[in-house]
Amino acid sequence: MSAAPSRVLIVEDEESILLSLEFLLGKEGYAVTTARDGAAALREVQARPPDLVLLDVMLPLIDGFELCRLIRENPALRGTRIMLVTARGRETEIARGLALGADAYLTKPFSTRDLMDKVRGLLSGNGAPQSAG
Amino acid sequence: MLSGALIVVLSFAYVGMLFAIAYYGDKRADAGRSIIANPYIYTLSLAVYCTSWTFYGSVGRAATSGIGFLPIYLGPTLMAALWWYVLLKMIRISKAHRITSIADFIGSRYGKSHVLDGLVTIIAVLGIVPYIALQLKAISASFSTMLRYPNAVAPTASLPFLQDNTFYIAMLLAAFTILFGTRHLDATERHEGLVAVIAFESVVKLVAFLAVGAFVTWGMFDGFDDVFTKAAAVPELNALLVQGGAAGNYTTWASLTVLSMLAIILLPRQFQVSVVENVNERHLNKAIWLFPLYLFAINIFVLPIALGGLMYFPAGSVDADTFVLTLPMAEQKTWLALLAFVGGLSAATGMVIVETIALSTMVCNDLVMPILLRWKFLRLTESPDLSGLLLGIRRSAIVVVLVLGYGYFYLAGEAYALVSIGLISFTAVAQFAPAMLGGLFWKGGTRLGALCGLSAGFLVWLYSLLLPSFAKSGWLPITFLTEGIMGFDLLKPQQLFGLTGLDDISHCLFWSMIANVGCYVGFSLWRQPTAAEHSQANLFVDVFRHVAPGSGSRFWRGSATVADLQTLLGRFIGPERANESFAAYARSQGIPGIEQVSANAVLVHYVESQIAGAIGSASARDMVASVVVEEPLALDEVMAIIDEASQALAYSRQLEQKSRELEAATNELRGANQRLQELDRLKDDFISTVTHELRTPLTSIRAFSEILSDNPQLEPEQRSKFLGIITRESERLTRLINQVLDLAKLESGAADWHPSEVDMREVLEDAAAALSQIYKERSITLDLQIPQQLPLVMADRDRITQVALNLLSNAANFCDKPDSRVSIALFEEAAALRIEIADNGIGISPADQAVIFEKFRQVSDTPAGKPRGSGLGLAISREIIHHFGGRLWVESALGRGSKFSFTLPLPHNSANHLVA
Repeated sequence: MSAAPSRVLIVEDEESILLSLEFLLGKEGYAVTTARDGAAALREVQARPPDLVLLDVMLPLIDGFELCRLIRENPALRGTRIMLVTARGRETEIARGLALGADAYLTKPFSTRDLMDKVRGLLSGNGAPQSAG
Repeated sequence: MLSGALIVVLSFAYVGMLFAIAYYGDKRADAGRSIIANPYIYTLSLAVYCTSWTFYGSVGRAATSGIGFLPIYLGPTLMAALWWYVLLKMIRISKAHRITSIADFIGSRYGKSHVLDGLVTIIAVLGIVPYIALQLKAISASFSTMLRYPNAVAPTASLPFLQDNTFYIAMLLAAFTILFGTRHLDATERHEGLVAVIAFESVVKLVAFLAVGAFVTWGMFDGFDDVFTKAAAVPELNALLVQGGAAGNYTTWASLTVLSMLAIILLPRQFQVSVVENVNERHLNKAIWLFPLYLFAINIFVLPIALGGLMYFPAGSVDADTFVLTLPMAEQKTWLALLAFVGGLSAATGMVIVETIALSTMVCNDLVMPILLRWKFLRLTESPDLSGLLLGIRRSAIVVVLVLGYGYFYLAGEAYALVSIGLISFTAVAQFAPAMLGGLFWKGGTRLGALCGLSAGFLVWLYSLLLPSFAKSGWLPITFLTEGIMGFDLLKPQQLFGLTGLDDISHCLFWSMIANVGCYVGFSLWRQPTAAEHSQANLFVDVFRHVAPGSGSRFWRGSATVADLQTLLGRFIGPERANESFAAYARSQGIPGIEQVSANAVLVHYVESQIAGAIGSASARDMVASVVVEEPLALDEVMAIIDEASQALAYSRQLEQKSRELEAATNELRGANQRLQELDRLKDDFISTVTHELRTPLTSIRAFSEILSDNPQLEPEQRSKFLGIITRESERLTRLINQVLDLAKLESGAADWHPSEVDMREVLEDAAAALSQIYKERSITLDLQIPQQLPLVMADRDRITQVALNLLSNAANFCDKPDSRVSIALFEEAAALRIEIADNGIGISPADQAVIFEKFRQVSDTPAGKPRGSGLGLAISREIIHHFGGRLWVESALGRGSKFSFTLPLPHNSANHLVA
């Protein structure tokens, strides 16, 4: 861990899932912010670009795919990694997410160990983007 | 004084100009560049309807009966509106069958009958002769009037030498007509040069009349207002301007309107210009409104001229029929008077020329030729070239018709005003109406019916109109009129069977039409039509369906040689023209040369129709029969052909029916497939949504389980908080699974229902009690407004409770303010109970209102932190309410709260079930 902790934005509208993610990442020492809908997430991303966004797909106001596209369109956010965390587990949707510029994809329900491995992978060593295995 | 010589020279110059125009028109036609092939010339040629009767007579009639002259122009205007139904059909039929006159038309319609042809011709000639006399009278009168220039008042009644004048005029017109009407024979019987002349004359007469009218209105008076104001000041003239005064009664108006409606399509000259000379049936489109416009224009100054004349000349000193001439004369406007004279001349000559051509064609084709061809001793059927004979007959016929016209003028011309003579002719041609119109639209009309109807109508006309006109002129004893024939009162020609109170024309029209229509319909119904009549009836009435030429040949069978047929045609139109005609036929059939033409039914029909143009269809059939060994078809053979055709038709209908059924089945399958695909898509959506909804609580449960197991040293409060989440999410999961199963049951109809009499007050109070804890926790006030006495409803108590619980917990979820309140109200309506559950929470947007009753569709933002439902509650509630025959709906606006209402129908006799 470097001196300045990596900043992670969790975007999730399901309160209990948000709580679990916040706990897991906070315990690991990341600086965690949260958003409960797409519009709030966009404002947050633009205000303080995070190193990683954990992004739910089915979100109120702006959905995860759209948000993913918007982040990737913004040159100021080139350093931001995106991991989609969603209950929509179909292959076509995974492919769509990756095509829109997501760096990794995690299907709900997930194992906490998987989650943390991927987060660490994405944030280590100025990372070349890693895709989910 | 104007010298007689000047007037004669002027007249000859005018006629010379007509020659030039006719010559030019024919030249252009021969070169293939027709000058008459446009709707304007067509319309102007139709205006041959306006004769000297219009030019001089309208003013005369207006001078005695005010607007009484109008019906003669009202009728054609009305008929023009029907041209699309009547005239178009006549044109189409005539083109298809090479019909060249109205006699030919009627004869053809009723099985190509010679007798009928001949009868129509005789009626037409006798009926039209007075009309031609009228034109001669007009020319003669205008000539003698001009000679007195500038003295408008006639010194004596008539001068003997004038009548001789009239005779010369008649002969001059005959010469002109012969020159341009019978230059050569043609199957189409069209005369382009002549039509150009007629159109030109229509312009001349219109311009002349308008010029005189304008002179009287603005030159002698001070505009229309002035004429009418001054006329209204004179009591006798004022009477003319009031309808119902001098203008004639209702019957007169009606019968004149009907007469002129029929005249515009049945007068031989109108048939000639509107049907035979028609170049393109689309010209009708414009003529339909242009022709009435012409009539309007030529009538606009009639009243001003009539009133002007009556006011200008001392009463009775000048014949009102001559006002058009005498007014300019009296004012010494030499050139205007000459223009008026030429206008009158053009009106008269136009009519005489076209009428005599039409009549001469009829006399030749439908009267003389059939008789000559029957006289075997003349050996006409073997003569090599009959075209000279045909032309000779026509030329003689023209002379004879004009001599007859002169004769009538000489005998009876002085007894009547112009208009009355014209009406005698109109009534005669009106006799064609039943056979003509019946023939166009009624397949049941037969030859016998047409013959009897025409004869009866004609005899009545002869007796009640023509003979009285002789009697009035002193050629028959006047007692014929006053006492009837042999003193029988009932047979008084103008008061037949004691019918009085009608004018002569209405009286004759009434009785002749009763006789004519009665006989036509009666005799038509009495006997079945023959095969030939039946076939022609079909071809005529259904002309818009039988368009292909040669369609008449279906009912023909026989054998002939091509050489015989060509020689035959050559005898009537000349060998050269016959050769051209055969070449044209070969081209039309796609055959390289005349040598390859084969003598089949189509060719025979073609030759017959070509000959028909020269000698009429009835004679043409006889002539073709002379070279063709025809095997006559008996009625049963015709019927066999028709049967065969109708069997084929029935078979093809069956096929059509089958293919329609097949198409319908295909469409049904396609629809079913679409519905299946839609259902499949819905099922996929449902499963995908259900999975998503199941994964969400599972995610929390798994995450927190792992957190708890990986972090044994967690604070106790945190620990119990996480365990609480796991429990809640597990409950949510269970609820969701139950609801999915529940909805599946409801939708498939497999749900168990336990209907009983339910007291809604109890249900609502129980539901409120069940949720009171939650409401208390969130400090939401809950109001109940339920009447004490309520009828019971038939429903499943548990299910209705489920609905109430669902709506109440939704309401709680919508509340976000500290002073939140939810109210339950119940209303008794006529046939149902209405329950309302209203909150003052965040409200629902219109877009969300449209979908919240669908599965898994939730309001997009409920206040954060509130537990969310499964998205199935409202779908289930609606299923339940619908099951009991009620409705469930929402009214809401964002920020203004929501009101969910549902109804439950009351049993019919609810009064018996009141709960205390």
